Amino acid sequence: MICLPEPDAAIVARRADVVRALRGLVRDGNVIDEPLRLAAYETDALTAYRQRPLAVVLPETTEEVAAILKYAAREGVKIVPRGAGTSLSGGAIPAADAIVVALGKFNRILEIDYANRCVVAQCGVTNLAISHAVAAQGFYYAPDPSSQIACTIGGNVAENSGGVHCLKYGLTTNNVLGVELVTPDGEVVRLGGKHLDSGHYDLLGLTVGSEGLIGVVTEVTVRILKRPQTARALLIGFNTVEDAGACVAAIIAAGIIPAGMEMMDKPAIHAAEAFVGVGYPLDVEALLIVELDGPAVEVDLLIDRVSAIAKDNRATYSRASKDERERLAFWAGRKAAFPAVGRISPDYYCMDGTIPRRELPRVLAAIMEMSPRYRLRVANVFHAGDGNLHPLILYDANVPGEVERAEQFGAEILKLCVDVGGVLTGEHGVGLEKRDLMTYQFAAADLEIQHRIKHAFDPGVRFNPGKVFPTLRRCAELGREHVHAGAERFPDLPRF
Amino acid sequence: MSASEEGALRPRDAQDVADIVARHPRALEVVGGGSKRAIGRPVDGDLLDLRALAGVVAYEPAELVLTAKAATPLAEIERLLAANGQRLAFEPPDLGALLGVRDAPTLGGVLAANLAGSRRVTAGAARDHFLGCTAVTGRGELVRAGGRVVKNVTGYDVPKLLAGSWGTLAVLTEVTVRVAPAPETERTLRVASRTPEDASRVLTVALGSAHEVSAAAFDPARGALLRLEGFAASVDARAAAVRELLAPAEVDAIDAEESRALWREIGSAAALAEHPVVWRISVPPSEAPAAVTALAPERCVLDWGGGLILAAYRDIDAARVRAAVRHGHATLLKAPEDARRATPSFPPQEPALAALAARVKQAFDPHAKLNPGRME
Repeated sequence: MICLPEPDAAIVARRADVVRALRGLVRDGNVIDEPLRLAAYETDALTAYRQRPLAVVLPETTEEVAAILKYAAREGVKIVPRGAGTSLSGGAIPAADAIVVALGKFNRILEIDYANRCVVAQCGVTNLAISHAVAAQGFYYAPDPSSQIACTIGGNVAENSGGVHCLKYGLTTNNVLGVELVTPDGEVVRLGGKHLDSGHYDLLGLTVGSEGLIGVVTEVTVRILKRPQTARALLIGFNTVEDAGACVAAIIAAGIIPAGMEMMDKPAIHAAEAFVGVGYPLDVEALLIVELDGPAVEVDLLIDRVSAIAKDNRATYSRASKDERERLAFWAGRKAAFPAVGRISPDYYCMDGTIPRRELPRVLAAIMEMSPRYRLRVANVFHAGDGNLHPLILYDANVPGEVERAEQFGAEILKLCVDVGGVLTGEHGVGLEKRDLMTYQFAAADLEIQHRIKHAFDPGVRFNPGKVFPTLRRCAELGREHVHAGAERFPDLPRF
Repeated sequence: MSASEEGALRPRDAQDVADIVARHPRALEVVGGGSKRAIGRPVDGDLLDLRALAGVVAYEPAELVLTAKAATPLAEIERLLAANGQRLAFEPPDLGALLGVRDAPTLGGVLAANLAGSRRVTAGAARDHFLGCTAVTGRGELVRAGGRVVKNVTGYDVPKLLAGSWGTLAVLTEVTVRVAPAPETERTLRVASRTPEDASRVLTVALGSAHEVSAAAFDPARGALLRLEGFAASVDARAAAVRELLAPAEVDAIDAEESRALWREIGSAAALAEHPVVWRISVPPSEAPAAVTALAPERCVLDWGGGLILAAYRDIDAARVRAAVRHGHATLLKAPEDARRATPSFPPQEPALAALAARVKQAFDPHAKLNPGRME
């Protein structure tokens, strides 16, 4: 298990004072200190870890956030910012000596500006709500993390969230134009806006993906795009993972950047098909979903080209969607992969490493070699276009020793990702869970400069304690999402 | 940079850079190819000439990733990518003609300046394609940041911070960028427009359509310019659709080779080369027409759908330019050296932001060794 930092006993002892002071800063009822209600904030989507916070405050305005942060700065109290609490990496897990600043009341879209192709939203607006708000005019917000019905745009900024379409349309960082940031000392600054780029240091670029360590983002300006005219998908099966990988490389080499390009291995295909029955071929070792979007004439042309490339790369199965219903059916299996695995195993861990794509056969072979060694099954789903691998390790927490074996298995996979030239996390963030593996990817000097950046914003080191950076006390190494049957925090939230 | 520059420090590799920065007693002017030395406040420091840090380290077209030493000439990178049917999507402009220099821009220099061309409005800036680097901080530490894969959220996005920092935080020694397929063909639609207001309407309609216009500019000498890139059949279809969208406007088409030359010229701001003073101004696109009126330049070109204004003058009139920019920022792109000593080239920052920026500078370069004053 990963250690949370030792709480500051002096702060914990002053809890009643802190609560009283917070009550003076926000409207009645917006400070939570009753144990039963605090329990709702004990964890996020990394449910293996729970910690009751000092208090939870629900500000309604930027001025209130600033006042809270100024108070916390004066009193030396730690802060944990929180959006919808859907982090898979424990990014919003509280600390016993920290105030959770929960931003659920920042739920308004402030401006829709079609002339400048952007939306200004408060941080607690959900990702999908932005697309919904502009759908009638044919626009949408491109980054689409699988939790988009629940996750907030402020959380997306903190985590630099991805999604299945980010190969073509970019991550959050490529789609955010500006933010309002309240710094740890309670100053309100605006980074970016409706214009492009920064006239000085790109503090906006630094803020996106900073995992709540350098301040509280209260407002976000995102760019919106016109929805593509049409989208079609191809379902392509292969006898070997090597052939599937070669096909992906050949598609890219042909100058085609698909809107989405997903791969599943045999265990994942079988689990998904057993769960949703969409007609996936069961006699293949790897299945690709390639989605193409744009003008109809281009999509039809590229469907033909990708079909030909698949044939050249020994595809044994190939089917193009004829209509929207069929396209969605292709995706239904892939999008159900996580719950499908959850059905065939009491528990699973989800990993999130990124690798150079050429290493896929080697990495999958190594994972398959590890599997019997740890006596645990594994299913692999893969954002094939950008090399982001999600191995799902199947285990049973009720069998003594399996949790530990699964943890060791996971750590070995993540280290392998780094060894082949990849990284620990492609889209879920470091948070609490991958914190202690950071020293495997980064040298001391690399982490030192990141620490100094943190100190430039947060000299008291009070924001989101225990996240991202290894602390001196190191209990364990692990890096995965824990999901236990029935214990999943967001059982209805799609994850893929 | 003249080859005869006396006393220049010429590191052979990244470790050499680290040793020099750690031990050198005076401030350093960090120079790759030297093509952008005439931008910003002139640096009073000993020359750190990085030209030996050149060469492509790794390039795998199928991974969409290229790693090169920081001072690799941009032209070499672009030739290599073109030979593999790829390119840098952010379309780095060549400002040589505008600035009157013949020194070759480098990949590291383009990233350090976060300079992107016309495709910036749809494909992102240099910073959006900057995946990772090794760099030497002002303390002489050799550090690695980011990664060599296209999708990575491990730790702070330090490459974004270094993009556009003009060598004032760290010396880039090796950089990894995301690359993109080059399109099969391109075509430009020229739409008769006389004023920024007319043009702004055209650019906004085009960029707000689903027809994937990759660049949208206005050159008063030519009219509104809309570029379509991609597979030939798709370009045909989208060109027809854009014409329909703009009907009954007068539209003519400029085909592949001529279109490429046209956008090279727009990006390089060649039309403004004869003017001694040029400002580069980023605004919300809808505010461009009003900004141009307030700016009252002798000549200007609009790019990024109106979001970028390149405004040319005979003299620096910083007060007027800064007052004309309601939202956004203005940077002095070209001015005589004495004027750049007297007038800040970079926009003023509000106090809270200036304080944050100063602390970030402290974190990287506490003794102000790297390009001191450059961004003032």
